[in-house]
Amino acid sequence: MSLPVYATAGQRLWHYAFRVICGLIFFFLIAPIIIIIPLSFNAQDFFTFSPEMLRLDPAGYSLKHYHDFFTNPDWQLPLWNSLAIAPVATLIAVSLGTLAAIGLSQSHVPFKGTIMAILISPMIVPLIISAAGMYFFYSRVGLQGTYWGVVLAHAVLGIPFVIITVTATLVGFDRSLTRAAASLGAGPVRTFFMVQMPLIMPGVVAGALFAFITSFDEVVVVLFLGAPGDKTLPWQMFTGLREQISPTILAAATVLVSISVVLLVTLEVLRRRSERLRGMSPT
Amino acid sequence: MTDQTANGPMLAADGTPLKQSLNRALRRQKLRAFLLIAPLLIFVLVTFIAPIGDMLFRSVQNDIVADTLPRTVAALSKWNAESGAPPEEPVYRALASDLLIAVAEKTHTQLGTRLNYEDSGFSSLLRGTGRDVDDMGEDVTKALVAIDPIWDEPTTWTNLLGEPAWVSAQADWDKAGGKTAEPPFVLSPVAQQNLPLTSAAFADFARVMQTVKNDSPTEKRPWNTVAIGLTEDLKANPAAAGAFGTEWQPALSAIVAAAQMGTIPAANFTAAFTESDKAWATPQPWSIIKIFSPRFTSGYFLNAVDLKMTADGIAPRADSERVYIMLFLRTMILSLAITGTCILLGYPVAWLLANLPPRTANLLMILVLLPFWTSLLVRTSAWKVLLQQQGVINDLLVWAGLVADENRLVLINNQTGTIIAMTHILLPFMILPLYSVMKTIPPSYLRAAKSLGATDWTAFWRVYFPQSIPGIGAGSILVFILAIGYYITPELVGGAKGVFISNRIAYHIGTSLNWGLAAALGSLLLIVVLVLYWVYDRIVGIDNVKLG
Repeated sequence: MSLPVYATAGQRLWHYAFRVICGLIFFFLIAPIIIIIPLSFNAQDFFTFSPEMLRLDPAGYSLKHYHDFFTNPDWQLPLWNSLAIAPVATLIAVSLGTLAAIGLSQSHVPFKGTIMAILISPMIVPLIISAAGMYFFYSRVGLQGTYWGVVLAHAVLGIPFVIITVTATLVGFDRSLTRAAASLGAGPVRTFFMVQMPLIMPGVVAGALFAFITSFDEVVVVLFLGAPGDKTLPWQMFTGLREQISPTILAAATVLVSISVVLLVTLEVLRRRSERLRGMSPT
Repeated sequence: MTDQTANGPMLAADGTPLKQSLNRALRRQKLRAFLLIAPLLIFVLVTFIAPIGDMLFRSVQNDIVADTLPRTVAALSKWNAESGAPPEEPVYRALASDLLIAVAEKTHTQLGTRLNYEDSGFSSLLRGTGRDVDDMGEDVTKALVAIDPIWDEPTTWTNLLGEPAWVSAQADWDKAGGKTAEPPFVLSPVAQQNLPLTSAAFADFARVMQTVKNDSPTEKRPWNTVAIGLTEDLKANPAAAGAFGTEWQPALSAIVAAAQMGTIPAANFTAAFTESDKAWATPQPWSIIKIFSPRFTSGYFLNAVDLKMTADGIAPRADSERVYIMLFLRTMILSLAITGTCILLGYPVAWLLANLPPRTANLLMILVLLPFWTSLLVRTSAWKVLLQQQGVINDLLVWAGLVADENRLVLINNQTGTIIAMTHILLPFMILPLYSVMKTIPPSYLRAAKSLGATDWTAFWRVYFPQSIPGIGAGSILVFILAIGYYITPELVGGAKGVFISNRIAYHIGTSLNWGLAAALGSLLLIVVLVLYWVYDRIVGIDNVKLG
């Protein structure tokens, strides 16, 4: 990728121009997310930089939007609702998903393709269609507008991610390890928890993070299935953006970005650990 | 391997033939795998596949007409809509009987809403006639009361038509003041046999009184259809007057005599309906009822592609009502535009990431993964804030002198807003597949091409680009599938011109409550997505989906 010494002037120009173009694209990717962070400290209720902020005058900055976010029940209730829904949905998705991924990774599974297609389908079907179908069906069975309706819906939306990540870890799993455990006298359950589980753990945790973030970010399904009392954080942001846009939304967004950064770092650590455990060289 | 040896079948350690033993082991393995998968499979089938199936079912389901107007639907089956003439009197009477029940159960407004989707004006037609239907045939009841005032008493009717055991039970219930469960009305066999029309009409009346209004049939004079039925029953079968015992003989005989003399007016529902609304004298409302009477309909799907069903077959909708084809096309075009910009922006970045040293590439990868992991709502709010007329981008442009302060750019609530925000949101889905394909292209190919005399451009275009096409294909299908189903971002930044078909589906579920149409639009969108998914599976394979 480095420029050879014999490069012509045109090649040189293109080389640097290309880097500038890529830099601009990276800027396009990251700037909108970064820019809301300083904006969320705005002392005024504007969505742009005030002259004081541009002069780096401390008077232009304040924590008042964060104060509002962490004290106003309009934001606190949705935050806690989100935190009550996402872990339960994640637990369901991960426990059922891990078992199924182990089943799917075995040889001689009949109708494997069909089963896989069904299990992955919640990721492929557009959310609005899932939401519509669930709204119709859950109204029939009395789950519409209930906490459990939302939890079940979010669990099923998270399942494809668990299946994909756990299956990917199982591809590198050495089956002779379970046979070795069995030959040493361990039963299937003991083998699973003592040998297989620790090795596929990175995939399971990665799947859990995906399932968690799916539920935590999900807004379309909850808009249709949730009762007003089950309003989640994304729902509140959606209403906020559509109806009365308040700068507190930027504080909420910054909090969510921080959560994403933590999750991203965790995933990266897990990926490296998984590759080390499976004997692959870290890239 | 053969299982036959000179000494017979090859045996496993426990003495069973090896083939059998292996088969058993295989069966057990399959069973165990299946038992591991089963809980999740059942979970997904119940919580996800069943709802999708329900949606598909709703897009063709059409029970309401046959359930609300059963008699009318039966009577209309003999009517030919193409005759150009409205149906005969019995159909009007059937509709009156159905409407009396529907009005009491308040289902006629739902039916009106349903038929209004097919023919605007039906809702008000049914509402208006629903108010008048109680008074239709009033002159017959009045004539009976003029002959004998006992017909004005509700109990006359219950005593005549109810079974004696029910009559006494109902009398007890009335006395108790309605504290207990009301005894359900039972027709007396004598009445049923001798006065069939009267009995049928009164049974409906009594059921509606008891179940819908929680009232006693002994408290209210029955509908006019009961009086009309009595007149006609007695006219057709004068002997029925003698079937009820001597105490009824005079009253019933008087009606027989009056009916034979013609002093009781004949019921004319045709005239009554026409008086209520002139539309009933035309074949139009009747043909709508007839067309939409089957329990399954293609009406919603036709509506979803801007067609409608008329008496003469399928016809296009009026220009002002054609929106869905345009919306589908717009969804496709905007999704294509978004896919295109994603390729343009994603290709250089993926190339750079694939060709930089791993350490730098991993660092830059974070810039791609962070947006990927950031909440959709956060990214949409960011764009909503940035693109406003008083937002950061416009401020910057004004400050740089590129745009005058008074004509700031309109970047939001239009298609530009949708394209910019969705390109940003979907770009990682293009970069990641492109990157994983480009990683597999050896850089030595490019060097080889150049050493053979190719210019930079030829080497790229003839050698590198063809090998990266699978990545473009995978990324494009992924971005396109995600884009055509998007709801949140177009809703928030799209305004009126930048919304997708999804937004219309949400509108029909939440606001207009036309669930059938929402289901039909959703089914069409689902078909498009599934076809693309099938293509994606063919090209990439769903097992190869990588996350992060």
